[in-house]
Amino acid sequence: MMRTLYAELNARFPLGELTVQRDDLAFITVEREHLRALLLHMRDREGFTHLVLLTAVDWIEDGIFQLTYLLSNRDKRCDVGIRVMVTRVDTSMESMHDVWPTAATYQRELYEMFGIDFPGSPGVHDPFILEGWADIPPYRREFDTKKFSEENFTHRAGRETNDPAQYMKKQLYPDGA
Amino acid sequence: MKDELKKRTIKGPDGFEFEVDPLHDYYCDAPPKVHPPVYVKIVEDLFNWARSESIWILGFGTGCGAIEMRPLMTPRFDAYRYGVQWRPTPRQSNLFIISGYLSVKTLKRVIRSYEQMQSPKYVIGLGSCTINGGMYWDSYNTIKKLDEYLPVDLYIAGCMPRPEALLKGFEDLKKIIRAGEGEGANHYAENFDWYKANQKKVINDWDMPDYNW
Repeated sequence: MMRTLYAELNARFPLGELTVQRDDLAFITVEREHLRALLLHMRDREGFTHLVLLTAVDWIEDGIFQLTYLLSNRDKRCDVGIRVMVTRVDTSMESMHDVWPTAATYQRELYEMFGIDFPGSPGVHDPFILEGWADIPPYRREFDTKKFSEENFTHRAGRETNDPAQYMKKQLYPDGA
Repeated sequence: MKDELKKRTIKGPDGFEFEVDPLHDYYCDAPPKVHPPVYVKIVEDLFNWARSESIWILGFGTGCGAIEMRPLMTPRFDAYRYGVQWRPTPRQSNLFIISGYLSVKTLKRVIRSYEQMQSPKYVIGLGSCTINGGMYWDSYNTIKKLDEYLPVDLYIAGCMPRPEALLKGFEDLKKIIRAGEGEGANHYAENFDWYKANQKKVINDWDMPDYNW
């Protein structure tokens, strides 16, 4: 089913690769200039009326953010994720709040957690979860959460970390046998 | 600072204009006072006995540990038989259970709620997250040591502690109160500057008075 859908879509839009995860879940990569047309087509023609989520992955090695618009078709009970790659340098993306109003909330979260801007999205620059955050956005992978935690929050002494394999070996075979 | 907290002029429904300074008008910013024990020890002991038998918990769940409260208050464990009950507002409660991980955003609300509670008041830290960060020890928004920010009377270790552990914790807290050692509110008042400095170190957008009750 997913492959026929992909073949139909590919006749209309220049699509990237297809990843079929399950019978009812697939991911399609698309260039950002075709994203809006594809999303509208999926919503109005293919019956993918529900935006399940909009999330991002930070591929710091490749210098890109991967945005995933997960769409759901209630009638056919299947989901399709539309993937778009955004460069980490110019982290600005077209807002999709007029296609699905719920996208505005996700875009607000992405702006705060990843620093991906969505100009025109309502309230996108309002604080979402973090209050008074002054550092780089915490979900970016160059943000060192352990270092930040050690600098900002007091540490209680006495906490040890053991490698489980070594620790159990020492416990079970104390003479090193 | 948020717009609704800024000093501004408001036009009332009758057309009369007046000035509102929310931080000054809506809050009391007097520092907390130390409440000394009464002079006669036997009376203070009676008070402490009464306090220990009426532990009223603020129904404020900060983390996943709040889920342990539900079996506690329902018939299976039934904490009410020990004089422990849950109240909907800080004004009526005297025990604050920090139930699990405490994010910086929640810490701000916790401080406000704690300061609105009546003295004498007690704090229990529930779960390993309140003790040393637990599994959130390297998180960017979770505090790791609760007693830097609030005076903690008792910690209950575990991840999560079972309701039985909480019942045992209540019994231990009663012993502490009866021995006259549940002096967290006075400790908070005495070391007020130290607590405030710690709180302001992690809460970046401090938009409330130093003490609001």
